[in-house]
Amino acid sequence: MIIIGELINASRKAVATAIESCDKEAIRKIAMDQAEHHTDYIDVNAGIFVDKEAEYLTWLVETVQDATDIPCAIDSPDPKAVEAALKVHKGTAMINSISLEKERYDNIMPIIAGTGLKVVALCMSDEGMPVTVDDRLKIAGKLINGLLKNNILVENIFVDPLVQPLAVDKTYGMGFINTIEAIKKEFKGIHTACGLSNISYGLPGRKHLNRAFMIQAVLKGLDGAIINPLDKGMMSAIITAEALAGKDDYCMNYLKAFRSGLFN
Amino acid sequence: MTDLSEITKALISGNTEQVCSLVKAEVTKGTNAGDILNIGLIQGMDIVGERMQSGDMFIPEVLMSAKTMSAAVEILKPLLSADDMSSAGHIVIGTVKGDLHDIGKNLVSMMVESSGFEVTDLGVDVAPEAFVKAIQEKNANIVALSALLTTTMPMMQQTMNALVESGLRDKVKVIVGGAPVNQDFADKIGADGYAPDAGSASKLAKELWA
Repeated sequence: MIIIGELINASRKAVATAIESCDKEAIRKIAMDQAEHHTDYIDVNAGIFVDKEAEYLTWLVETVQDATDIPCAIDSPDPKAVEAALKVHKGTAMINSISLEKERYDNIMPIIAGTGLKVVALCMSDEGMPVTVDDRLKIAGKLINGLLKNNILVENIFVDPLVQPLAVDKTYGMGFINTIEAIKKEFKGIHTACGLSNISYGLPGRKHLNRAFMIQAVLKGLDGAIINPLDKGMMSAIITAEALAGKDDYCMNYLKAFRSGLFN
Repeated sequence: MTDLSEITKALISGNTEQVCSLVKAEVTKGTNAGDILNIGLIQGMDIVGERMQSGDMFIPEVLMSAKTMSAAVEILKPLLSADDMSSAGHIVIGTVKGDLHDIGKNLVSMMVESSGFEVTDLGVDVAPEAFVKAIQEKNANIVALSALLTTTMPMMQQTMNALVESGLRDKVKVIVGGAPVNQDFADKIGADGYAPDAGSASKLAKELWA
């Protein structure tokens, strides 16, 4: 599982405060905490600062990479902010994200075309939120073909089929899960990734739903997740599910997790 | 006055079958349809809204109550006079331009409608001019703006500006909501109120249009 650590997001109050007061230490600490917990990409988001997003995002990338060697997932729909952040980024960044919404697609594509960047492709179009598996597959297909045409390698694409709250419609859970399966089947070599806590929006006991949902998604082939890597319950769910799905040779990751005390 | 509390109770528990049969029984007894609506049902939805706001009821339960509510209103519709129906004012609602999220907006739309407002739902990706036009056409009392993205929050400000420029600002109350929106932001753009969930939105709308 490719883990994208979600904690450096300005919509979290502590992070917003740290950004505004240029508190490098606070950001470094969140970066290092995540780096120590299986994180493959550290997501950076300064989206709430509409006028200063490019400046703050750049500062976040510099601060994070000063603390750790892990690449960032640059989380913004704004081409100027993405470009500014990429300029200072060392190593291969992930772009979070492109979608089929025309403006976003036209803005982000020139930045990533022909590069070796990783990219999250969000299943959303100008026609609104996709509801059925077919809706999502159609959008995913168009996005993937567009990205391939622009010389992005299939293994660098992470399709996010878009999780919607179960509270609103009981079919939303399986709709997502079945899409993961269909995408994996239809587009060989492609990755999938998503933040899936949206599934439990509007319901109590969210962590239980989030974990069970993660396990179901892993069994259908989800191989990227935007999560809090410090969440032991979630990490246990992922590692356990991957072992059960036959993705963990000799159960080595599972055993390692056990020995590190993750299951305590 | 007839006791309509059984209807209210069944509505809160989202029991469509029971509510419909209780409503039919009241109609047969000759109870005023407006009373059934305003006392039995709308007051029930007000309680649902409050419980949602306080975290005692959850979205699926609220949806069941709202579905029950609309089934009951269907029974009453032919019997209701214009006076019974238009008690709470008219709300124009939509997700602002550039934003395609509709789940929260739909919940608010449903809650305010269930609590007695007439609702014009403009959908998603709604331009400022489209809000202005709908407010004028419907003579709306309240406009509710939704935005789920930090990138579309500035569009709320632009929509506010359009209301000022068209001279509608003093005629209509503005409420805002959506994941990145908070009270500070609402104050900053000069909205009349902010609601964090659909239950609060319906209460807020009632307070603003009392």
